Amino acid sequence: MQKYSIFSLIKNAFSNHEKWDLAWKDPSPKKEYDVVIIGGGGHGLATAYYLAKEHNITNVAIIEKGWIGGGNIGRNTTIIRSNFMYDDNARFNEFGMNLWRNMSQELNFNVMFSPRGIINLAHSDAQMNTYARRGNSMRLNGIDAILLNREEVKKIIPMADFSENVRYPIFGGLAQPSAGTARHDAVAWGYARQADSMGVDIIQNCEVTGFDVSGGKIQGVRTSRGDIKTKKIGLCVAGSTNVLAEKLNMTLPIETHLLQACVSEPVKPVLDGVVTFGAGHFYISQSDKGEMVMGGDLDGYNSYAQKGNLPTIQHVLTGGIALFPFLSRLKMLRTWGGIMDMSMDGSPIIDKTHIEGLYLNCGWCYGGFKSVPSSGWTFAHTIAQDRVHELNEGFSLNRFSKGYLLDEKGLGTKTWIS
Amino acid sequence: MLSIKCPFCGYRSQKEFAYGGDGTIRRPELNQDISDEKWNEFVYLRKSPRGKHVELWHHTAGCRQWFKVQRDTVTHEIFQTTKINEEIK
Repeated sequence: MQKYSIFSLIKNAFSNHEKWDLAWKDPSPKKEYDVVIIGGGGHGLATAYYLAKEHNITNVAIIEKGWIGGGNIGRNTTIIRSNFMYDDNARFNEFGMNLWRNMSQELNFNVMFSPRGIINLAHSDAQMNTYARRGNSMRLNGIDAILLNREEVKKIIPMADFSENVRYPIFGGLAQPSAGTARHDAVAWGYARQADSMGVDIIQNCEVTGFDVSGGKIQGVRTSRGDIKTKKIGLCVAGSTNVLAEKLNMTLPIETHLLQACVSEPVKPVLDGVVTFGAGHFYISQSDKGEMVMGGDLDGYNSYAQKGNLPTIQHVLTGGIALFPFLSRLKMLRTWGGIMDMSMDGSPIIDKTHIEGLYLNCGWCYGGFKSVPSSGWTFAHTIAQDRVHELNEGFSLNRFSKGYLLDEKGLGTKTWIS
Repeated sequence: MLSIKCPFCGYRSQKEFAYGGDGTIRRPELNQDISDEKWNEFVYLRKSPRGKHVELWHHTAGCRQWFKVQRDTVTHEIFQTTKINEEIK
């Protein structure tokens, strides 16, 4: 594999950048693999990469219905954070933060990880108390958390509405300075390129049509490009989890929902970190190009359409304008949607299943991007060792029937309710 | 925007309604021993099909009645709406 560096850039400049190697190959599926990862999104690519790197398993195929970077890895709002209260979520995502910090070096691909900080705003005394509790929990897990008062928040985001007569005045906020953003496409491309260089086959335009299960064991997978034999399958298909689960006669604690995001026209730097509104569901950051990147509520009904409806955008931006009135004068550049695997407690599932050789990675709700490295790392461990790692033992499939929910936000089973 | 036909009020904008989830889930019978497995199925497990889906909606900003909707989860086309005690055909 060609190493990307200033020298390779200069060298290729002499040939008008027409002779770069392909970042990854476009192989046809082989007859048999040690592991087949279904889903070539961030989680699937990271899983294949860590299978090869950490466990030396390189006879691996990633099969992807569409193209690399076309799913949620290219549709999210790129926020990376570990500001969780519960130990299982906090440790898992803080482990991921360390992987994020070294990712560009490790993948030889600039993922533009930018630890610019996140602030969750509070709009009442009660909310400040809740954030103090969450911040203390975070610090006990070694995660940086700072409780900010109104004046401190004002220094960081002076353009927010701090006037006296607003419906939801800003009381303060909880900040995680080490949180940030990254370039989401680069994460997919970086993992894909490295996985490919270690021998992983990335097979695009290949849809799973069925599974070959006998004697309670995985024997293979049937695809639109032929049958593939394998003893181990890792499912990383986010919003399509229920569709594939149906082919396996499984019913999961997952509902598939639609989430939209939008960006404004690019403007000069106005916001250096990520800010979430505490009185509605709205979050915002500014991309390096200057676009305001915004998101919020789910559309709120089961959906597999990767596009949404305007009432939700309007509702989300109403909250946005209440917080940052200057947004009302920006033009919207584009909106788009993706489909989310909403779990029944808002936390993910990374586990083995009752079918031997079938491993499940799903339930990321609308927070899958930040967990790409930690999910890939732990899922690779779970597949390679055939047992869960201590980092993902809380994300078990049977926690629902056992009553050990990871209900981080206390929303109950209807995590899609706005 | 969805245009939903409330069985009592007729076609109204999506903004008047709230979603109530899968309409095929049945609560286990009252006053009987119910296994953990049955509770798990009732509380947590959802088929979430790609295609036709029977679901509950609430006309929150209208007549405040709950009713059933059969809707396609890919195209969002609504095929049928019925009162809560009627079956989707």
